This record gives sequence, structure tokens and C-alpha cells, in this order.
Amino acid sequence: MTIAEIENEIVDEFSFFPDWTDKYEYIIELGKKLNGYPEDKRTDSYKVKGCQSSVWLVTDEDGGNIFFRADSDSTIVKGLIALLIRTLSGKSPDEIINAKLEFIDKIGLKQHLAQTRANGLAAMIKQMKMYALGYKLKQKQNS
Amino acid sequence: MQLTKTLNRIDVKQVRKDFPILKREINGKPLVYLDNAATSQKPQMVLDTIVNYYKNYNANIHRGVYTLSAEASALYEEAKEKVKTFINASESREIVFTRGATEAINLVAYSFGKINVGESDEIIISEMEHHANIVPWQELCIEKKAKLRIIPITDSGELLIDEYKKLLNGKTRLVAIGHISNTLGTINDVKEIIRLAHEKNIPVLVDGAQAVAHTKVDVKDLDCEFYVFSGHKMFAPMGIGILYGKAAYLEAMPPYQTGGDMIERVSFAKTTFNAIPMKFEAGTPNVEGALGLATAIDYINSLGLEQMHEHENEMLEYAAEQIQKIDGVKLIGTAKNKIGVISFIVDGANAMDIGIMLDTMGIAVRTGQHCTEPLMDRFKIPGTVRASFSVYNTFEEVDVFIDGLKKAISILK
Repeated sequence: MTIAEIENEIVDEFSFFPDWTDKYEYIIELGKKLNGYPEDKRTDSYKVKGCQSSVWLVTDEDGGNIFFRADSDSTIVKGLIALLIRTLSGKSPDEIINAKLEFIDKIGLKQHLAQTRANGLAAMIKQMKMYALGYKLKQKQNS
Repeated sequence: MQLTKTLNRIDVKQVRKDFPILKREINGKPLVYLDNAATSQKPQMVLDTIVNYYKNYNANIHRGVYTLSAEASALYEEAKEKVKTFINASESREIVFTRGATEAINLVAYSFGKINVGESDEIIISEMEHHANIVPWQELCIEKKAKLRIIPITDSGELLIDEYKKLLNGKTRLVAIGHISNTLGTINDVKEIIRLAHEKNIPVLVDGAQAVAHTKVDVKDLDCEFYVFSGHKMFAPMGIGILYGKAAYLEAMPPYQTGGDMIERVSFAKTTFNAIPMKFEAGTPNVEGALGLATAIDYINSLGLEQMHEHENEMLEYAAEQIQKIDGVKLIGTAKNKIGVISFIVDGANAMDIGIMLDTMGIAVRTGQHCTEPLMDRFKIPGTVRASFSVYNTFEEVDVFIDGLKKAISILK
């Protein structure tokens, strides 16, 4: 599936939930399922700056695609990360850099999250795109 | 005694009608506003005052010879007079209008600090201070090579007075202490703290930001040198606050900011400054804020501070009783003497997540460190959820909050 297709899928899923308590309940469920963050990388150097809660993010590369793993002390933030990972993980650097991520706006998350939290979301996306850009530059140098 | 109390009870239904914002819905649910320690909502009469000022009296004060300016000046001075009476200061020249409690503390740190604090001198604050009563002193200490000394607190959130006594010494230049903790709700025995400091001739600044809307403040009885507070936590607009200072102290202190209105005579060779309090009110002041604050004081007086405090106490007791029954909830701040502030953490649930879930149900609480990071370090926690009550909160709202909290926890756990 392309990033755009995954985004549409997410928008569809969220349309099932009538109110915000339910939407967040779904985000929390996603957050609870997000596991497998490497314990040895729960350090300051893997922390995403600009989030109100603590967020850790690591990346791996396999066959030209980038894979993300992340964790947070907030279950809601973990849920948001799960949505980002579902959209961006396993994609090529170019796909990640060009991803529009309109689903955040479409499901109403952007206006609903308090400013500081929205900034946290923006910081996570920025960090993921920066990694992708880094890999792309490295690939160029190697070729 | 019991009968009088019953007769004077707050008619909360009536009170709620005074606050237009309480009719709002959030996420399709009636707003339950429980972040009163951050800022209070504003009654219609305060809103009317602001509009009325701009509609009928707006002019720059202390400058014009024309009627409008004279009227605006008179209203501004009346507002100051009202503040004076509200906190029982001796003279209205001891009342300086500031932007808020934060600016008032910065003013004292800069101005009092400039002439009174030097190398290896000491300033005493406590472990439960708001950042506004930490950072200005910290900065002053860095600049002057002075030392910041900290009064520790107990696990229940009360000052260790014996430790405080040990900190007072010949090098202490000032004690700066919160009247009531914004995070814990603890009411500190500031009168005793002041008395102990005065035994050693040390002046005291009291940060009353959390106190003025909840308890009677009498600066003459307290005998503090400085008392600061913000209007917006006591039903007044944002951007207006008070520095009370004993006249002798204010007179000795140099200006904090310079400019118009605070001068006596200006020439390129030399400028002389106006008398207090104008010396500390450079530039065009926040007249609408001052007038709004005066109306807020009228509003508080019309309800009665004691009755307000009693109502908030009832909310506190009712909420505390309910909340402690919830599995995994731990209260932070269990002092015997406290106002309507409940801070808590929940086992296995992040404070911010709880705040977000409550918001989806229309309930506004504060989450995080509450501008008291050292206090969070003291309790070794990243932050708390805080519900804080005001005169317009109801038992029904407490029920909505408790049910919402239970729901949030069950979803998060």
C-alpha cells in the first residue's frame, strides 16, 4: 500500500467513532499495542525534542527502506506514534520525505490536540523526515 | 454559629449565572472548569467594567487637563484605593500596579536586589515555590554571587519550620515565600514565617498569587515587607497584578523600568523620579485591568471571602473523599491546612493522558509540573493531574469529574 492509501484507511477507521472520547480510546488501544522498543536505546540521545511527554525514536534501514521503532511515557502519544509508524515505516526515503500526512488534519487531530501536543506531533514527523533525508544523502554518497 | 453559616451559604446556582463562559460546551459536553488555580473565569460585571471603560472613559491618565482624562485618572486611583482596603494596606501609595505577580516579584528581585544583595549574601525560598518565585531570585543570586537557600518540605507538603529557622542568619537578605502552594494547595503559616524572619530583622516577600481569591489577606496583620498577587486568579482580567510594599522599602528602592509617568523632572543632564507608587509604574498603565480588578474585588466582597472559602472547602472534601476511593490514585499534597486544590497521580496512567481524556468529556484540569519542577523532583514524579475549585463549582461537577476520571483510568490502564 502507498502512504496515501494507508492514510485513507486511517481516516476511514476514525470515521467510525462518533465522539472524541471514542477516538482517543482507539488511539490508546493502538498505543498499548506498540511494543518492541529496544531498552538499551531509551536514552537522551534517542529522545525527540519538542514533545511535552518523553518520546524515543530509533530507525533501521533494510533493502533501501526505513523502519521506525518508538516509545513514549504517554499512551496517547504512543498511539499517535503507532499511526505514524503504520504510515511511514518500511517506506523508501523519498516516500517518507514527500508524505503529506493529511490524515492528521482529516481526523481532526491537529485542531484537537493542544498546541504543545500538536507541536510534539510535528516534532515527531520532523524527526522521521530528517532520518529519511539523512539516509537519502548517505545513499547518494555511496552510489 | 452553625446557623449563621447556613444562612450565608453561597447560592452556587445564582453565582454560576454571573459567569457567561460556564454556559459553554466542550466536545459536546457542558464545560466543567477545574483549573481555577491557573486562572479564574470572569463574572459579567468585570466584563462590563472593561467595556464601559472603553465606551465612556478611555483617555490616557495623569496627563490630560481635560475631563475625560481626569475621570479616567480618578477611576484608576479609586481602583488602587480599593486594592489598598482589600488587603488592608496603610496607604494607597504602597500599592503598585504591575502586569501580575510574576512582574511584581521580578521588580523586587531587580530593584530591592540591586541595593540590598551582594556577594555571599543569602535569599531564602522554599521547595514548593512556583517558578515565578524561584527564577528571579536565582538570576539575582547568579548576578550578585549570592546564595539561594531552600526550605525543605515534608511528604505531606508542609514547610519544615525548624529547618527554616536554621537557614535564617546574618547573611540572609530576604525571605520570599508562597502564601499558598499552587500545586499542593498547602496554606503556609506565613505570619509565623514573617515573625521568625523579623526576629533577625530580615524582610519578607509573600507570593500571594494563590491566596487572594481564597483567604482574607491582611498585610498589616502579616507585617510582610512585600506582598504580590495577580488579578486574573481572582476574577479580574489578565495582565494586571499588585505589588504591595511598605512605603519605607519602596521609597528606598530604585526604579525597575524607566520612561513616562514615573519621572519628576527630565533633562539630558539628569532625571529625577516621581514619588511612589508612580516611580514603579513607567509608561501608560493597564487602566482597564486596574478597573477590572477593582470590580473583581467588589464581586468577591459581595459573595464574602469566608463563604467562598467554605464553599471551596466543601468541594475539596467531597472530591478528596471520592478520589481516594479510586484504585491506584495517590494524592500529592495532604497538608492539614489547604485550599481547594487536589493534585494526584495514578498508578499506570500518564497524567497528560488523563487530562486529554477528561477534556474529551468537557472537563478542564491541569496536568504536568504546574511551574513547580523542583517540587516534582522532590516527590520524584514527572507531574500530576490537578483539579482546583472556585466558588462556581458544584457537587454535580465533582461527580462528573470523578466519573470521568474513573472512565479515563479504565481506558488507559
